[in-house]
Amino acid sequence: MVNRIIVGAHYGLKDWLAQRVTALVMLAYTVLFLVVWPRPMSYAGWKALFAQGWMRFATFLLIASVLIHAWIGVRNIWMDYVKHTGVRLTLQVATILWLTGCAGWAMQILWR
Amino acid sequence: MPDLTAKRRRPVWLNLSPLNLPVPGLVSIFHRISGLALFLGLVAFLYLLDLSLASESGYAQAGELLRHPIAKLLVIASIWALLHHMCAGIRHLFLDIDVGVSLHVARRSAFAVFVVSLALAASIAVRIW
Repeated sequence: MVNRIIVGAHYGLKDWLAQRVTALVMLAYTVLFLVVWPRPMSYAGWKALFAQGWMRFATFLLIASVLIHAWIGVRNIWMDYVKHTGVRLTLQVATILWLTGCAGWAMQILWR
Repeated sequence: MPDLTAKRRRPVWLNLSPLNLPVPGLVSIFHRISGLALFLGLVAFLYLLDLSLASESGYAQAGELLRHPIAKLLVIASIWALLHHMCAGIRHLFLDIDVGVSLHVARRSAFAVFVVSLALAASIAVRIW
């Protein structure tokens, strides 16, 4: 009988999936944006677009997806190239804090 | 008598630099570089979105900022980074579901990522400039 323990904390699969799901959200938003963006561009049209509830909702989903996607990608870069544990941990924490701050900033921009 | 212990020295370090990086490898490393660049550019994107939605004068100010030649170059570079990252990402999604995984198809799609993203970026660059 073979008793292999090959499971870890599962975070690898979760991150892999999150990277794909957020990518699809961003692709969907790109299509949406190309359809709805005001032509010709003007402040009134731009402001009116982002005054719509669904546009704020969709844009917030976009930004949340960007932040999750960026976290996984940037963390992978730190894991691959930064060998020193302390430096890597510092960079990872700084990345999380920065992205979390960006989420707050995005909410403030959208729901003003 | 040859020194047999010398053969077993670990770790083995292979110098890979004489090998040519194939096109899919180039797409891959540019996917990473463009992703990092987009992460760094996020602050500018949020700043411009903030400014443009804040007020009529803020909108005009954002437009003014984007008309500067250096800003235009940065915008064009960002658009290329975004398009490359997006095209390489779409290719990746297809590879994930086992579409186009054979060597010659993967090479052609990698080449297409460069061609499509550069062509789209160039056509947008011409309009911006």
